[in-house]
Amino acid sequence: MSINKRMLTYSYAINEALKQVMRIDRSVFLIGQGVKSPWYVGNTCSGLIEEFGEDRVIDTPVSENAITGCAVGAAIAGMKSIVIHPRMDFMFYAFDPIINQAANWYYMNGGKRSVPIVIWGIINRGGEQGAQHSQALQVLFAHIPGLKVVMPSNPYDAKGLMIAAINDDNPVVFIDDRWLYNVEGDVPTDIYEIPIGKGNILRHGSDITIISVSYMVKESMIAADKLTEKGISCEVLDLRTVKPLDEELILKSVEKTGRLIIVDGGWKSFGIGAEIAALVAEKGFNTLKFPIKRISLPNIPAPASGVLEKIYYKKAKDIVNEIKDIFK
Amino acid sequence: MTIKNKLLKNFYKKMLQIRFCEEGFIDPIINGEIKCPVHLYSGQEAIATGVCCALRKDDYIFGNHRSHGHYIAKGGDIKKMVAEIFGKERGCSRGRGGSMHLIDPLNNMLGSAPIVGGTISLTVGAALASILRGDKRVAVSFFGDGATGEGVLYESLNFASLKKLPVIFVCENNLYATHMPILACRSKNNIYEIAKPFGIETTVIDGNDVIKVYNVAVEAVNKCRSGKGPVFIECLTYRLRGHVGPDDNIQGAHQDIRPIEEIEIWRKKDPIIMFEKYLKENNLYNNDDLELIKLKIKSKIDDIFSEVKSYKNPKRGDLEYYVYK
Repeated sequence: MSINKRMLTYSYAINEALKQVMRIDRSVFLIGQGVKSPWYVGNTCSGLIEEFGEDRVIDTPVSENAITGCAVGAAIAGMKSIVIHPRMDFMFYAFDPIINQAANWYYMNGGKRSVPIVIWGIINRGGEQGAQHSQALQVLFAHIPGLKVVMPSNPYDAKGLMIAAINDDNPVVFIDDRWLYNVEGDVPTDIYEIPIGKGNILRHGSDITIISVSYMVKESMIAADKLTEKGISCEVLDLRTVKPLDEELILKSVEKTGRLIIVDGGWKSFGIGAEIAALVAEKGFNTLKFPIKRISLPNIPAPASGVLEKIYYKKAKDIVNEIKDIFK
Repeated sequence: MTIKNKLLKNFYKKMLQIRFCEEGFIDPIINGEIKCPVHLYSGQEAIATGVCCALRKDDYIFGNHRSHGHYIAKGGDIKKMVAEIFGKERGCSRGRGGSMHLIDPLNNMLGSAPIVGGTISLTVGAALASILRGDKRVAVSFFGDGATGEGVLYESLNFASLKKLPVIFVCENNLYATHMPILACRSKNNIYEIAKPFGIETTVIDGNDVIKVYNVAVEAVNKCRSGKGPVFIECLTYRLRGHVGPDDNIQGAHQDIRPIEEIEIWRKKDPIIMFEKYLKENNLYNNDDLELIKLKIKSKIDDIFSEVKSYKNPKRGDLEYYVYK
């Protein structure tokens, strides 16, 4: 890895990934609603049309089903497609091409043609946007055989996972969160990949493992800092990839700390926390010193009112309180 | 347009291959050797044949649930297709797909899928790939009249027209969406008109006339190849078998949900019978020639069926293959 690093925001890290890959690989193209408009996609697509033209950076009408299908079909025909959904709530219209078609294609033709596509969905919530402008749907995709799901938590991972997703031969659902777009971090200038399916220990600790992903990693790190002051040593594991889960890393960390809390930005029922809890119960039960805890969204649609929003989305203090309870 | 005799003879051969293949599935379906749902193409052969003969090998096609004819007409290996439908490892999809998931990358038959309308947008994407690479390939989407009830068709028509993509939308209107007659699904039987508001050139033709289909397809291909696509073609036709399997409802009971008089009218318009008339009238073949050709092709198809039955099934231990590449 190069030492040529500099600070870059999360959205510009994605932007750099796209530019660098598109420069060296003519088969990569980007399609979706709003690629011209920062209102839709932040800075992630800035300068792309200027550099690569409107043929390879295609802004589209509001037709999620056909446009996603189009990206899937182009991938089947040998391109590397990136299709963007600037608000993932609208991806429900595209479930047929994503799930019925892209996820199953390679299997149902016995390995004859895969679908090298990045299905990029942005979580765009908060700001009193209500239930249909706030959803985090990673688990729906993670349930599906044939899909991979990545959710970078910082600029370095965002660039490396986007490049890995583009170069993967399979459909990869790349989910980012607008709450992360202005987060800054060190990002190498060269092209690099973060391996899909591998998690990352962001902070080593001995008393409890906090497993988190995407935006909630940020809150988990703040919580871990606060808990150190109280004498509780937290290990923070950033999943990076939701599917396939890095089982080995999860089990190893829980074996070390004996305690586990899963912090996830999706709903609780049948969620990421549920999946990881089941994994640890199946394969690491004897290493647990305390029941597994989960922090997630309540099983409620996102409210609009700011008062309700404030208690709906979990923050570092919720993590701190839950962990303090464990050590009471 | 004059069509060379060699090509006319090829039309006949392909249509017979499809017909004998389709009819060959009937006994194995009824006696339980084939369990996967099989949507027979009998009666619609002229469409796949006419369209695919107008294409280059590197042109793309996508099919649907009723795609045996598309696969064969595009040049697919019949043995591999039959093996697939028997669930064999040597099938075109290694027994993982069955009748509704046929693929032949070698001939650019890029796949088929039974979610109604599901492959229309994929075809638009293949056409987009052609434009991005500049390799002048045309992409053909085969779908039925039932697919006109799906919103994705309209989204696809709009986007294909907006970007002038080389797509040919081929609607095979066999007058029934499963059990629903067309006038129970649509207020008018005017499918070809749906392309008009999108500024797409559109036409409706007799889909049982292979020469007509071919000529219209050639014109559409030329338009698409020269950047004047997309094109919409509605082909009027009729399936001679049930929606799935040989009969509607109980297989082998020779039951049909459709009026007998209607079926009889369409039997007379069987694309193969109509084309035989043409071949005789134009002195390409006489009755004896036709019988001999039929015998030959049928015997080849029969041999394929007997051979395929002895093929190996996929191994149990290979269940997890092909989820990810």
